[in-house]
Amino acid sequence: MAIESDVLVIGGGLAGASAALSAARGGASVRLVTHKENTLRNASGLIDVLGYHGSDEPIAEPFEAISGLSDEHPYRKVGVEAVREALALFDEIAGDLYEGGHTSTNTLSPTYGGRVKPTSRYPESAAAGLASKSENTLLVGFETVTTFDAPLAAERLDASVPFEVRGVTIRFPGEFRADARITRLARALDADELLDRENRVGTREELATRVAEHLGDAERVGFPALLGDDEHRDVRADLEAELGVPVFEVPMGPPSLPGMRLEDRLYEALDAEGVHVEAGNPVVGYSEEERQITAVSVDRGRREIPYHAEQFVLATGGLVGKGIDSDREGVYEPVFDCHVPQPEERYEWFHDRVFDDQPYARFGVEVDDDLRPLGSNGEPEFSNLRAVGAVLGGYDLAREKCGSGVSLSTGFTAGSNASEDLQ
Amino acid sequence: MTDRVDALVVGGGSTGCGIARDLAMRGLSVALVEQGNLTHGTTGRMHGLLHSGGRYAVSDQASARECIEENRVLREIAGHCVEMTGGMFVQLEDDPDEYFEEKLAGCRECDIPAEVLSGAEARDREPYLTREVKRAIAVPDGAVDPFRLCVANAADAERHGARIETHAPVTDVLVEAGEVVGVEVEHESGPGKRNHREPGTVEEIRAEHVINATGAWAGRVGEMAGVDVEVRPSKGVMVIMNVRQVDTVINRCRKKGDADIVVPHETTAILGTTDVEVDHPEGYPEERWEVDMMIDELSGLVPILAEARTIRSFWGVRPLYEPPGTGTTDPTDITRDFFLLDHEDRDSLPGMTSIVGGKFTTYRLMAEKISNHVCEKLGVTAECRTAEVPLPGSEDFSVLRDYMDEFGLRSPIGRRSVQRLGSRADDVLKTDEPNPTVCDCEAVTRAEIRDAIEGAGSDLNAVRIRTRASMGNCQGGFCCHRMASELHPNYDEETVSAAWDELVEERWKGERHALWGEGLSQAALNYQLHATTMSLDREPAVADFGAFDSGVETATDGGERTTGSRPSPDPRSDGSRSEEGRNGD
Repeated sequence: MAIESDVLVIGGGLAGASAALSAARGGASVRLVTHKENTLRNASGLIDVLGYHGSDEPIAEPFEAISGLSDEHPYRKVGVEAVREALALFDEIAGDLYEGGHTSTNTLSPTYGGRVKPTSRYPESAAAGLASKSENTLLVGFETVTTFDAPLAAERLDASVPFEVRGVTIRFPGEFRADARITRLARALDADELLDRENRVGTREELATRVAEHLGDAERVGFPALLGDDEHRDVRADLEAELGVPVFEVPMGPPSLPGMRLEDRLYEALDAEGVHVEAGNPVVGYSEEERQITAVSVDRGRREIPYHAEQFVLATGGLVGKGIDSDREGVYEPVFDCHVPQPEERYEWFHDRVFDDQPYARFGVEVDDDLRPLGSNGEPEFSNLRAVGAVLGGYDLAREKCGSGVSLSTGFTAGSNASEDLQ
Repeated sequence: MTDRVDALVVGGGSTGCGIARDLAMRGLSVALVEQGNLTHGTTGRMHGLLHSGGRYAVSDQASARECIEENRVLREIAGHCVEMTGGMFVQLEDDPDEYFEEKLAGCRECDIPAEVLSGAEARDREPYLTREVKRAIAVPDGAVDPFRLCVANAADAERHGARIETHAPVTDVLVEAGEVVGVEVEHESGPGKRNHREPGTVEEIRAEHVINATGAWAGRVGEMAGVDVEVRPSKGVMVIMNVRQVDTVINRCRKKGDADIVVPHETTAILGTTDVEVDHPEGYPEERWEVDMMIDELSGLVPILAEARTIRSFWGVRPLYEPPGTGTTDPTDITRDFFLLDHEDRDSLPGMTSIVGGKFTTYRLMAEKISNHVCEKLGVTAECRTAEVPLPGSEDFSVLRDYMDEFGLRSPIGRRSVQRLGSRADDVLKTDEPNPTVCDCEAVTRAEIRDAIEGAGSDLNAVRIRTRASMGNCQGGFCCHRMASELHPNYDEETVSAAWDELVEERWKGERHALWGEGLSQAALNYQLHATTMSLDREPAVADFGAFDSGVETATDGGERTTGSRPSPDPRSDGSRSEEGRNGD
């Protein structure tokens, strides 16, 4: 049986999902193939549109700042309107899981490193903790969760925000191995595991009791992002009821529960739009006719199967996700071998200080205004291939704090344009 | 704390620390000053080979004999720093038979146990060796942790009353009435353990005798005293692989050459090295060709290296020395023997001795000889005991107990901690507090980090070399901030941040030489975690908090914010999340 769809999206992160959703909404039949676990579980769950450009002064109005970016920046390819529309689509899909859609102004979020960061959309679970909201804050860390040191983060935050921040470290209720994963702790809160069978005291109540004695005049309480998984709303509601103040999560690195919750939401939305999702097998080759891709081949272990489509979207990620790869000789795009601009000399890929403006951070494919990858001759590599998200070059998502916004808006544009281009 | 001592040792490498321990054990009052961390210079920048002597068995038999003797001594006194991997000198099809025979005869002449293996036998032991293997000579080479060894020497010197000052560069050598009487040091972070951002002080430390054990920096100290010490620094590159492609030390059995050794070291394998004379012990170029040559050449010996993941590279400088007038042009021809320069005999400047040349494996023997010399000068008759008395951590090396239950640690973590700590395991790991893992790659727990901080102060690079935390596959991407957190609240936020930044920067310094493939991917991930998720790349300068949105403030029925406590409209139906496949960092 031939596998055919109108649009084939390769890659299942934020950019791929955005492309698939907007193509499906444009009326196309869409298939999304994704190889490994996507990088959302590495991501904090914050949706950054544009946080910095040039100076160390964070940007308050990201949409206004887009016009000041260089011509190579993906935002300049898709235009500011597409960014707005993509964010609107995100707001609709994320629904009550996210907040921030009421304004185009950035907010400031605390990070688990104790610095503030400009961002545009934030998980509902983080909403009560915004650093741009002036309320005295208590941060709570757990003895065994070494990745978040609440007193230290508090001391750092306190020095930079116009309200008081205190931090305290407590023991997580229940008996756990000292190196229990945060997903294990989240599950204990999800299940509200009983600690004291006689008095029917559960994990949530006991946690609140342990925090209550440190509450003082705090107007809100923040925890590392492990307050439940499936039942995160209930966990937070119970803690708020016990403590009498709003409770929030501080977004963290991998494994990121907010990132995983977002991933679930995106895949529900893809399902609802009728996108056919296939996970676990890599795309290993393609066939073309006159610079038009006719099919890609998917390695299903025993056989390579051709997947036919009219339009293709490359959403395989950047260096982290291996949508861009390299060896000692050079940097390349492994699926279609699209041109990746780069200094010939490997020792010019980096600068000597870690947070310098690093050339490698901008590695990726170069595209035209329709997001079609360009060859070294400046011509589109294929007429029906678009590239989106971190596989794109010409921007530094970490330095500019714009990764999610670029993924959403380029995905949105590519998906819409692909569905429009269908014969 | 005394500012007048019998012996002042300049240099906190293996030799300096060895001398300080030796003299302190003999009852002298001793101070040691080091410009950076312990092992800051050459010691911290070697490939960790514990020589059997086989390497010198043809060219320098006196050195070879010393090596095998010291090899045996270190196994006894420093068991927790040594891994007896064994080694092989491998002959490939095109390598000359004559040299192979010479090497074998040389080993036997020097009392180095040597066994000839056929190509097939060699590949049985090391399956990743090339099929081009013709024969090999098996010798008792080993791997040694230079950091652990050096720190153990310093700790034992301290235990015997010595004063150890790191981050205390010598700014002047005090010469009075034609005699060296001490040094002036600048405490970059206050005296004692390092404390970042503590303002420096200048101190004069007076001594009956000063020992210049600064290796490649010996000329600089000599200059301050007004004497010439012509060390010829020679740089060598080492490339670290992410796994042990080989479990024994692999040497190429041919006459000298670059890129001819692979040393298994903890979880890694280290490829070495080059030998290029440089003008100064610091600030020499670290070049791409050197890294590429290690991989290209050594993959001829172990082909899988061509495809393997490199995690970083580093360079060290050898403190080569030859007596004036020898006129050697090629640094690989300069002897690896050491020289004791008594400046009274040599330059009519009493009160100071310099020690130059030498090699890591024989550091203890060198320390013994210099200590003998100093004792003779000072009229001390105490005997050297360093060959018999074990170093701290190796007193009772019966480590293969079941530490899993004993310390509440899972097996691989417990085993590795105990290997590092040796007989100190009980002291360090038995804690009433929870002891979670701080560095997953290298299996380092909080108790070990805190023990290192106790020894090293707020210098996270010193904590790193004591524990190996941040030295694994992720190169600190997942643990630098966790290590920094362990400094708090004993150190304030400013101190912690400075130490954290310094560690992140130090990790990058070596990582940037491995920026392709997995290494580049990891670097990009680390950058994103640090810069995106933590905003560590910026010291945010928020001029106007009011310009940023502060969230939705709509009141609901109870007058409460909508944030946080809204009931879920539609509980998801996808069941509970499986931890499988999600919980690995």
